[in-house]
Amino acid sequence: MKLIVAIVQPEKLTDVKQALSEARVGKMTVSNVIGCGSQGGYMESYRGTFTEVNLLDKVRFEIAVNDDFVKPAIDAIIRGARTGKIGDGKIFVVPLEECIRVRTGESGTDAIG
Amino acid sequence: MKKTIGILIFLIGLIVIMNMPALAEDAMTGTAGTAVAGAAPPATPPPKAVTQEALDAVKSSLQVGIDTTWVLFTAFLVFFMNLGFAMVESGLCRAKNTVNILTKNFIVFAISSAAFWVIGWGLMFGNGNSFAGLEGLFFVSGADNSPAIGDTYKGVYTAINWTGVPLWAKFFFQLVFAGTAATIVSGAVAERIKFHSFVIFSFLLVGILYPITGHWIWGGGFLASLGMFDFAGSTVVHSVGGWAALAGVILLGSRIGKYRKDGSINPIFGHSMSMATLGGIVLWFGWFGFNPGSTMGVGDGSAIAHIAVTTNTAAAMAILSSTATSWFLQKKPDLSMIINGSLAGLVAITAPCAFVSVGSAAIIGLIAGVLVVLAVMMFDRIRIDDPVGALSVHLVNGIWGTLAVGLFAVDKITGTATGNGLFYGGGFKLLGAQATGVAAVGAFTFIASLIVWYVIKQVAGLRVSREEEITGLDLGEHGAKAYPDFQGFLTK
Repeated sequence: MKLIVAIVQPEKLTDVKQALSEARVGKMTVSNVIGCGSQGGYMESYRGTFTEVNLLDKVRFEIAVNDDFVKPAIDAIIRGARTGKIGDGKIFVVPLEECIRVRTGESGTDAIG
Repeated sequence: MKKTIGILIFLIGLIVIMNMPALAEDAMTGTAGTAVAGAAPPATPPPKAVTQEALDAVKSSLQVGIDTTWVLFTAFLVFFMNLGFAMVESGLCRAKNTVNILTKNFIVFAISSAAFWVIGWGLMFGNGNSFAGLEGLFFVSGADNSPAIGDTYKGVYTAINWTGVPLWAKFFFQLVFAGTAATIVSGAVAERIKFHSFVIFSFLLVGILYPITGHWIWGGGFLASLGMFDFAGSTVVHSVGGWAALAGVILLGSRIGKYRKDGSINPIFGHSMSMATLGGIVLWFGWFGFNPGSTMGVGDGSAIAHIAVTTNTAAAMAILSSTATSWFLQKKPDLSMIINGSLAGLVAITAPCAFVSVGSAAIIGLIAGVLVVLAVMMFDRIRIDDPVGALSVHLVNGIWGTLAVGLFAVDKITGTATGNGLFYGGGFKLLGAQATGVAAVGAFTFIASLIVWYVIKQVAGLRVSREEEITGLDLGEHGAKAYPDFQGFLTK
């Protein structure tokens, strides 16, 4: 079992979700985050002064998958999120020790679904 | 410590010295008073007889005073509507564009003030031909002896000589109406227009386009001669704003992501329904200046009271019918449709408010509420993207309200001889004049606006870049976010 953490551009949220559902990955958690990488920041001005803001809005997916779904999920995320420009995002694959379904108490690969 | 005491003594001394003359005066009158009391009282002359002229002069000056107070007070209410528009528009658009929308709404009244003062007033109310004013064009400087009315009026703004208030009161009242037309446009073009393009267009709308059509109806032009009536501006203000907005939206295109390739519609949610609701109520409040104020005189109070009630009744009925329609079509009542409903009713009653009964106002409002919900859906169907429903509210119901005069008018119900509408035995005469007005103003405003927008597009650009639209116009146009705090600590 693996936990896929993907950071993507916010406007790609619906495209990534669509691609994932085509790859039969339907369970995920999405959150708004701010972050930075190679993408430069932007200048913000307010009442006569300027400042550089280099934490940018991103969207983060957390998807728990069984091992045979890892590659399809990653391909789907890339399909949905890639624009070719700096700032497209990153995907991390983290080993998942345990997964439990709250409603029934199942655990392991069955709980992931 | 010593320094503080020193300063205190200095200040006290200063205050005493400054009050010396007053103290001296009191001392002098004290002695003078006692001196006078000693002398014998002089004989009092008999009171002068009160003449009719004196009475008329007093009545006249009081009348001018009270009418001016009325005109200015209602104008201040209409000015307040700018706040309402800013709130409705920013509430119904996304957070990332809030600064841009607020800036557009804030600056548009400044632009209107300048443009209407420089040339707008003159084009609209100056004496001229059936098409436009030609005299007293610039800076409201034509000869004028307001508040003289009717035959005693001597000046170049004859079209508005029927109201007995000073020239600047007339100017200010008409200015806030012009400002309303300009701010209608900002909602429809929101979230994708370049700031400077909007600024340029607003100058031209308020300086030239609005006054010309306004001259046709309120400035003694050909539509007035035809017998077309538009009491507070369903056509002059609202549909002019609507047509200009429609031309802009067509040339601008829809927002990115609004209409998907497969033809389905993507709802783009507003970021603050509280803001939108407060704005709607502010607009409703402001309309009590817009409609009753257009009498530009208090009279015996019956007209302004009648108009206040027709205004409110139409708004209330439109809210009920738009709620019902939205509930029926969307399975749940939609707040933004309800707000649009109230505005639709108000726009629709703007032309007929002084010419119809309260019962007719209710019917006009009921129909307006249904129309606005259907119009919002229709515009989306034909892929005309209007983020706040400005076209459905102002254009569609501006037309409906103008035509409603032709249907429901009752001759002289508050004093104006409009003739009877179709439903009151007047036949098609009034309705024909109204329809002609709608068509003439529509054709002129739409085509002229299209040309102006097109020229602006070629010369200065119209729409922001794709990246800027996605990141948000706040950063792109203004370099500042509206809600930076909600992101946490972005800077030191």
